[in-house]
Amino acid sequence: MTMAISEELSFYNQVLTATPDGERLKQCLQCGTCSGVCPHGFAMDYPPQLLIATLRADDFASVLKSDLLWLCVSCFACTELCPVKIPITFGLMTRAKEELLLAGNVPTELQSALEFSQRYSNPLGESPRKRADWINGLEPPVTIMGKSRRPVDILWFVGDYPSYHPRVQLISKALTKLLNALNIDFGILGPDENSDGDSQRLSGERGLFEMLAEKNGIVFSKYQFNEIITTDPHAYNAFKNEYPKLGISYPTRHYTEFLVERLTQLKPLLQHEVKAKVTYHDPCYLGRVNNIYDAPRTLLEAIPGVELVEMPHNHSTSLCCGGGGGGMWLDGFQWEKAHVRLSEWRTREAIATGANILAVACPYETPRFEDAAKVVQGSEELLVKDIAELLVESMGD
Amino acid sequence: MKIVVFVKLVPDLVEELTVDPNGVSLDTTWLRLIVNEFDDHAIEQSILLKDSIGASVSIVAADLEGVDDVLFTAAAKGADQLIKLIGDFSINVNNHALARATANVIKELQPDLIMTGVQANNDLDGPVGPLLAEYLRMPYIGYVAGVTVSEGKATIRKEYPGGLVAEIEVTLPAVLGIQAAEQPPRYVAVSKVRQAMKTSSIEERTVIDLDPNGGLTIARMFQPEVVERAEMIEGDVERVAARLVGIFKEAGIL
Repeated sequence: MTMAISEELSFYNQVLTATPDGERLKQCLQCGTCSGVCPHGFAMDYPPQLLIATLRADDFASVLKSDLLWLCVSCFACTELCPVKIPITFGLMTRAKEELLLAGNVPTELQSALEFSQRYSNPLGESPRKRADWINGLEPPVTIMGKSRRPVDILWFVGDYPSYHPRVQLISKALTKLLNALNIDFGILGPDENSDGDSQRLSGERGLFEMLAEKNGIVFSKYQFNEIITTDPHAYNAFKNEYPKLGISYPTRHYTEFLVERLTQLKPLLQHEVKAKVTYHDPCYLGRVNNIYDAPRTLLEAIPGVELVEMPHNHSTSLCCGGGGGGMWLDGFQWEKAHVRLSEWRTREAIATGANILAVACPYETPRFEDAAKVVQGSEELLVKDIAELLVESMGD
Repeated sequence: MKIVVFVKLVPDLVEELTVDPNGVSLDTTWLRLIVNEFDDHAIEQSILLKDSIGASVSIVAADLEGVDDVLFTAAAKGADQLIKLIGDFSINVNNHALARATANVIKELQPDLIMTGVQANNDLDGPVGPLLAEYLRMPYIGYVAGVTVSEGKATIRKEYPGGLVAEIEVTLPAVLGIQAAEQPPRYVAVSKVRQAMKTSSIEERTVIDLDPNGGLTIARMFQPEVVERAEMIEGDVERVAARLVGIFKEAGIL
């Protein structure tokens, strides 16, 4: 549970002592790499390097008065490049957001996503009862754990956007087809499923994250399964790295890892050519944070006809789509404060490669990049597709 | 300075509403309750007053599903006293009965100012504020969007249609129907609500009689019925355009 800053212990000392590897803050040499690589650093009054300098001057009070810290999209670019490996994203920026939130300094847009997550267990404000409505009419019917009450091999954690967002539901349907084609014995949680809470955690709502994790932990313990797979890299990150700290521990893989392991079984199904130049966007929480770079590319290269090209920023230098760390719920705020959309930058990079398909593997990205493509010149022909959708296209369905 | 805020729980429209087989009330099987949005503004306005002039804030609500969360959330925002009315409450108890029961409890608290939301989505027998004022024998001002208090008087900002705003002075005690707090209701972190659950307590007041007299009798509750007044024009663009021109001519517009 988050503690308000006590008078005895400054925020700097708290990060120093209470965060794993927090003592590395002492080694900051103010090189400024973090602020330079930060996609919103130019618009923040306290980008990481300056935040550290301000904390050393014991002036956290000034930081609390600014709301520009909410521009941090938790993309991990700063942490990846820090020469002394200071836990900037999880230790410093997220902790600072927690203090901002406790001080009531929360942009209104973010506030509603957090309130919805509290009340409905999803940030979209949709009815929890309708969480599995996307499976209506699918054949064969998708197993809902609470209804079938039978053990399954794979528990598929569908996630918020894949359950509710009309565009992202198409990805859920594609993944269903893939799992069925591979004869996977799988089930979903349906109305029992709660938001994984990772983006809420990274937007400073630690208590909400713990509440959602506890709920999911109880749900997981009710059913029998061998492994969890996730559509969402954020859910994957939560289950792999954060839930175990709360005593909730299950083997978890992102669906791209799961599918790539079954490539010999999958490959003969990929009969139809997808004649396209494809560029792949590494999601922050699959790539930089969890080092999964190859599985998505291997899947794309297995599709006949696909020519894979890389954008200038690829693998660990990938650019954030702008949706992380609460950014998914701060579009208006980001525009107001920074006058840019990170998704548009990325879309311009994709066009510059000459690709006709921008392939993604995170549920935040299809709506974000499709929206960006509506306003970026030259993107009229660019399609945004999840890897699962491209695989299904190649299966000829 | 003592402020009492009366809060109602109302049907949450995130779930589709269905009519009970009895044909005169909502089916409560899947009904979720949520704090009335305007009451949330009343809570916020009370906390803003507390912050600016140092009031004590009491929140009063009837015992319905989810009421404890609503009360503890108000405590996490800064409310001092939480009062839950215990009795034969359901979502179908009308505002006349609610106001009578609440007025008795409020009288004991001897507040200077009573605030509640100006309206709620289930106000079938009129808003609760004027009823409260009547049973308390106090003045009422509704559609309030700003309150300042000094020396036993409150200055109220009240909004009128057409962009008009009135400033009204009222001698306290008085009842206010809040349309909007001066700031949007604040966010309160889950950790703070959990802390409030440990440190605050809910006082219970038993309500023996719920008297609905003066309210309405519902004869029939039903979904909006489809009527056939629209003509769907079929065919290609030319045909649709020609038909539209014909309709406009018939109507004397062209």
